[in-house]
Amino acid sequence: MSIDQSTAAKVAKLARIKVEDDALPALASEFNTILGFIEQLNEVDVEGVEPMTSVTPQRLKRRIDVVNDGNQQEKVLKNAPDAREGFFAVPKVVE
Amino acid sequence: MSDLNKLGLAEARDLLRKGETTSVELTESCLSAIDAADALNAFVHKTPEIALERAKAADARIAEGDAPAMCGLPIGIKDLFCTKGVPSQAASRILEGFKPEYESTVSQNLADAGAVMLGKLNMDEFAMGSSNETSAYGNAISPWRRDGDTADITPGGSSGGSASAVSADLCLAATGTDTGGSIRQPAAFTGITGIKPTYGRCSRWGVVAFASSLDQAGPMTKNVRDAAIMLEAMCSHDPKDSTSADLAVPNFEAMLTGDIKGKKIGIPKEYRMDGMPGEIEKLWAEGAEMLKAAGAEIVDISLPHTKYALPAYYVIAPAEASSNLARYDGVRYGHRAKLEAGDGITEMYEKTRAQGFGTEVQRRVMVGTYVLSAGFYDAYYNRARKVRTLIKKDFEDVFAAGVDAILTPATPSAAFGLGEMTDADPVQMYLNDVFTVTVNLAGLPGIAVPTGVNAQGLPLGLQLIGRPWEEGDLLNTAYALEGAAGFVAKPGKWW
Repeated sequence: MSIDQSTAAKVAKLARIKVEDDALPALASEFNTILGFIEQLNEVDVEGVEPMTSVTPQRLKRRIDVVNDGNQQEKVLKNAPDAREGFFAVPKVVE
Repeated sequence: MSDLNKLGLAEARDLLRKGETTSVELTESCLSAIDAADALNAFVHKTPEIALERAKAADARIAEGDAPAMCGLPIGIKDLFCTKGVPSQAASRILEGFKPEYESTVSQNLADAGAVMLGKLNMDEFAMGSSNETSAYGNAISPWRRDGDTADITPGGSSGGSASAVSADLCLAATGTDTGGSIRQPAAFTGITGIKPTYGRCSRWGVVAFASSLDQAGPMTKNVRDAAIMLEAMCSHDPKDSTSADLAVPNFEAMLTGDIKGKKIGIPKEYRMDGMPGEIEKLWAEGAEMLKAAGAEIVDISLPHTKYALPAYYVIAPAEASSNLARYDGVRYGHRAKLEAGDGITEMYEKTRAQGFGTEVQRRVMVGTYVLSAGFYDAYYNRARKVRTLIKKDFEDVFAAGVDAILTPATPSAAFGLGEMTDADPVQMYLNDVFTVTVNLAGLPGIAVPTGVNAQGLPLGLQLIGRPWEEGDLLNTAYALEGAAGFVAKPGKWW
């Protein structure tokens, strides 16, 4: 499996990271090095093996479905780059 | 008393309780050492006011006879832990200016145990790196140098600032985190002790997430006893982390008898890599001899899927990272790119993340995005998770056969010089974790103990891997190894 520049551009888009066109060849080449390394996994016989979901055998705990926190609007917004009138502010999404 | 900063946790604790020193004196000694060590770039946010306030409170508690385990002991906190009102950036530009409104469970546990926070420690950005060269704060530098050389050496990574600070005696101990070796590799590179406990022992709540199924916090200390004391203080069951283990935390220090007679120690043949330096081979053989002389039985074992651990890790860790780091979007905290007229929300995300994330973080987020994308999920991500099952089973089989602990080198070499790996491809850097990453994939406890120095005077460490939840037994084996190795080397002060 080899990654070309257009695939690299697509992955960057999916990851929401702006990559300039002139940086794409180097990026594609790095992906190929890393994926080449990962390809070794194809040597392993994984027939009938369950993919790991939890490294320790514990079941996830349940808790009572109640409100146990809240009313922290000021704290939640404190670190926002742009907060207005009690909301996070972002560029216009809908025209 | 001078040089209080050079004490370990147990020594300082005993002096405090005997009334021979005070937490304020200990803290002031560390604060002076920190101010004189800016050249190491280990402490990146200093918190002297918080430190002195907590030290005074600790002295009052000690005077009242109410001194919990870490009372009055000054430590450093890795920048990955959220600390209330104190910058917590994970060494990334994207979290510039972020001051959490809450405290991580681990740092809260330490504070509750009376520990004094001196400040925040340098690290690789989002804990992604093995040399502390990906940090937005610049490189952390090891206090160690090669004999007769003044070139800067890496303290390892990702917990490089923690390793540098502890080995340079800027603090008594420090927190680290370990996703693929980020406690054990820097500990080995700087001649200190570092333990990653069993997955689930330390709460991950409030620790900036890298790869959630692999991340664990742990202590980095000057000796094994200190690791036992601090690990106990860090561990707890935490309802705020759904993977936190609901198990009692033993008194680890009380388990340090040094008696390992009859213990079965496995030597895995797959860890004998082609091209392994002779000094690592020798260190490993000497370690096995020491444990044997202490009464342990040394057995050859096989962990057949070892070779596939790093490739599996470099699917699973980036996949989880791409998901965890999706939250850095310029909306809720940290950096937001300046936008141009006409830029919409997509441009805001893309520019913010391009400016905020460093090269290695961008690379891993994109690799993770790729292996999770439609059409490749099965071929990469699911296959890696199946291989992970097999790697864990390798260990289960060995433990079922009666092996108590496994002895391996901690790293494939001594610390390298900063910048020496700049031209290498990313995979070359990843090979640093070849001996440690299996332990994260299997969720096991692992400890690095310094046992020797190389021909150039740089420290080398061995790793012991234990059964799940048996950190106490593992620490005791490490204690026996430490006693036999008698490692006393310290870096000469040049900074």
